[in-house]
Amino acid sequence: MQSVKLAASALAIAAVSASAAAARDNVQIAGSSTVLPYASIVAEAFGENFDFPTPVVESGGSSAGLKRFCEGVGENTIDIANASRAIREKEIAACADAGVTDIIQVRIGYDGIVFASQKTGPEFTAFEPADLYNALAEQVLVDGEMKPNPYNTWAEFNSELPDVEIAAFIPGTKHGTREVFEEKVLLQGCEDTGAMQAMIDGGMSEDDAEGACMAVRTDGKSVDIDGDYTETLARIDSNANGVGVFGLAFYENNTDKLKVATMSGVQPTTETIAEGEYPVSRPLFFYIKKAHIGVIPGLKEFAEFFVSDEIAGPSGPLANYGLVSDPELAATQAQVSEEETMGSNM
Amino acid sequence: MTDATFTGESPKRHGSLTASDARTKRRNASEKRFRIYGLAAIGAGLFFLVVLLSAIISNGIGAFQQTFIQVPVYLDPATLDKNGNRDPADLAKVSTFGYTPLIQTGLYQLVRDAGIETDYEDAGDMKALISASAAAKVRDWTLAHPDRIGDTVEFEILASSRVDGYLKGRVTRESIAEDRNIDAGHLDLTDALRESGALHKSFNAEFIFGSDASESRAEQAGLGVSMLGSFFMMLVVLFLALPIGVAASIYLEEFASQNKFTDFIEVNISNLAAVPSIVFGILGLAAFIQFAHLPQSAPIVGGLVLTLMTLPTIIISTRASLKAVPPSIRDAALGVGASKMQAVFHHVLPLAMPGILTGTIIGLAQALGETAPLLLIGMVGYIATNYPDGLVSGFMSPNSAMPAQIYEWAKRADPAYYERAWGGIIILLVFLLIMNVIAIVLRRKFERRW
Repeated sequence: MQSVKLAASALAIAAVSASAAAARDNVQIAGSSTVLPYASIVAEAFGENFDFPTPVVESGGSSAGLKRFCEGVGENTIDIANASRAIREKEIAACADAGVTDIIQVRIGYDGIVFASQKTGPEFTAFEPADLYNALAEQVLVDGEMKPNPYNTWAEFNSELPDVEIAAFIPGTKHGTREVFEEKVLLQGCEDTGAMQAMIDGGMSEDDAEGACMAVRTDGKSVDIDGDYTETLARIDSNANGVGVFGLAFYENNTDKLKVATMSGVQPTTETIAEGEYPVSRPLFFYIKKAHIGVIPGLKEFAEFFVSDEIAGPSGPLANYGLVSDPELAATQAQVSEEETMGSNM
Repeated sequence: MTDATFTGESPKRHGSLTASDARTKRRNASEKRFRIYGLAAIGAGLFFLVVLLSAIISNGIGAFQQTFIQVPVYLDPATLDKNGNRDPADLAKVSTFGYTPLIQTGLYQLVRDAGIETDYEDAGDMKALISASAAAKVRDWTLAHPDRIGDTVEFEILASSRVDGYLKGRVTRESIAEDRNIDAGHLDLTDALRESGALHKSFNAEFIFGSDASESRAEQAGLGVSMLGSFFMMLVVLFLALPIGVAASIYLEEFASQNKFTDFIEVNISNLAAVPSIVFGILGLAAFIQFAHLPQSAPIVGGLVLTLMTLPTIIISTRASLKAVPPSIRDAALGVGASKMQAVFHHVLPLAMPGILTGTIIGLAQALGETAPLLLIGMVGYIATNYPDGLVSGFMSPNSAMPAQIYEWAKRADPAYYERAWGGIIILLVFLLIMNVIAIVLRRKFERRW
């Protein structure tokens, strides 16, 4: 019994001390669950074609990823943060406080955000930003006056929409997708309905009015989804009247269950997004710690491989999966190979 | 002797002996009702068990089979070895993207040779049928056999997840109407290839022994690497929790004096057993990763976290089995002159061992199925991709665990991953079943009753 205990503690000590000695030899990535599929596709191809081990990709949302990214420099911090929105000033400052100063921002392409509902459910086939604003905002314009959202069904403000209870499933605030949804849909709808003008006329400053435009009603008609799109899909599956927000790639994998709605009359496809016709799209990014290049083997090679034409180009595997290829990919490639940090081009 | 003082007056009997009175009837009826309640409860339990098991098996059994296509691939020297010197360094420069067209051409040729009528004019149109993993398979083989460049070699490659779903009935012509990745024409081609024998569904060992795959290749994903992750975590738990737990309980049970302090410790141990496991995850993140600087996503950290979680279970079961050893054994040992420690280690502990082992195995089984604490220490994601290349790397390199991998699959967009999640549950349940059976056998075989 004693010898067993001794062996066990020796093993534990050996294992712990080995960790201090052995350097990490794989790239570690965390962040946006929207970027995760793309990052995993690249990581897999990277592992197949290079002698480096396959990078590790975790999800958790853009904000969570950037928070971990900004914890500091060193082997037990992540090398790359994926984000479905640009890094914020506040986050850059937090990074700098922790010693993460040289950050390389890489734009990998664009992603469309689509509004979809149950395939056999009510006819949600065409939305305008104004419709979603009226359905989901906290304060809406009714007869020239701002009032707490009184609408219960879609048909109450747009007779072309189905006369069913409003039930929307939108991404939670820790997701980068939420920001795009607020800015490109709610804010746009707020301006289109004239609510924004009404608020400014009512004596609000422009910033306050924008904030009020993007406030989502809290009476349960709009549900924040903090998990992934699979959770949104499950909610839609069990609620025939539900309308959910999805990434284009996710929708394309589940066309048998979901039907997509047009936005301002444009069908969301990679083509309409690339041409800029479909309004609700956003760039996807990843951020590299420059201090880790040269320390973590394969980090720079991975970043270069990610933005290479074979991968991120219009006929690469990422585009096949649903990413809208960046027309300025060549500039991004040059930026990565020169390790241009954010400070140097701002 | 009290019988003798009995005064002789018999109690008055109402009614007859054969017909029971109202009160007895009520008592009998209530017993009958209770039995029916019990049977109903067991019946409901069994019903849900059957529903659960049949749902798991019917959803997951498909994951153990996969669709393969036999494709003859011409290893074209013009693309694979431009310099013609078969230099391994030059050959390695051709990436998987160079191999993809060769495989598509191979399939196109196969379709032509079999005389299958199709509207597809271009080899690139065959893309939807083949898994993206095929190129890596052909490349690895070619790099290992450079002398075969220039030959036509037959490969058994995976069909894409949509084609596989079609054979399993998950994908139908109606369901792909809006799908950008595959057309009805491809399904016609699948039917034709199946008739010609080039395409078939067979047992897929890769699902059990393989590594995780990216979002676009559900057909390639396997549970093998995360199984190893679970294995290394269980090693850590076993080698830390068992000695610490047993030592702690022997001291508390046999040596420690009963005072406020030991009472306090006992209460705390019982409370720890009821702490939600996610709390241990946060503790692990703060203590082992941020303070002790152990690597993220590593099985050693997962093992340490699960050790904390399992310790109370082991301590409680060990103390129970130590208590179950009759005091006469201790007294006899002490009586013939053994020291307290000799009495415990020579007599009490061996007798308590079956109970301790049972408790340990139950604790391990619980730890094996735990996901929540692993979420916080970075073991969920696209992680279980590299087989550990040794003992140290097994503990240190990023890895996932079986339940974490299943959770990750269930989140992914491609419906083919959903099936794999159910398949993973089957494997996990088999492991848990085996561990519980071992625990029961140990108990039956070695436990002594007094």
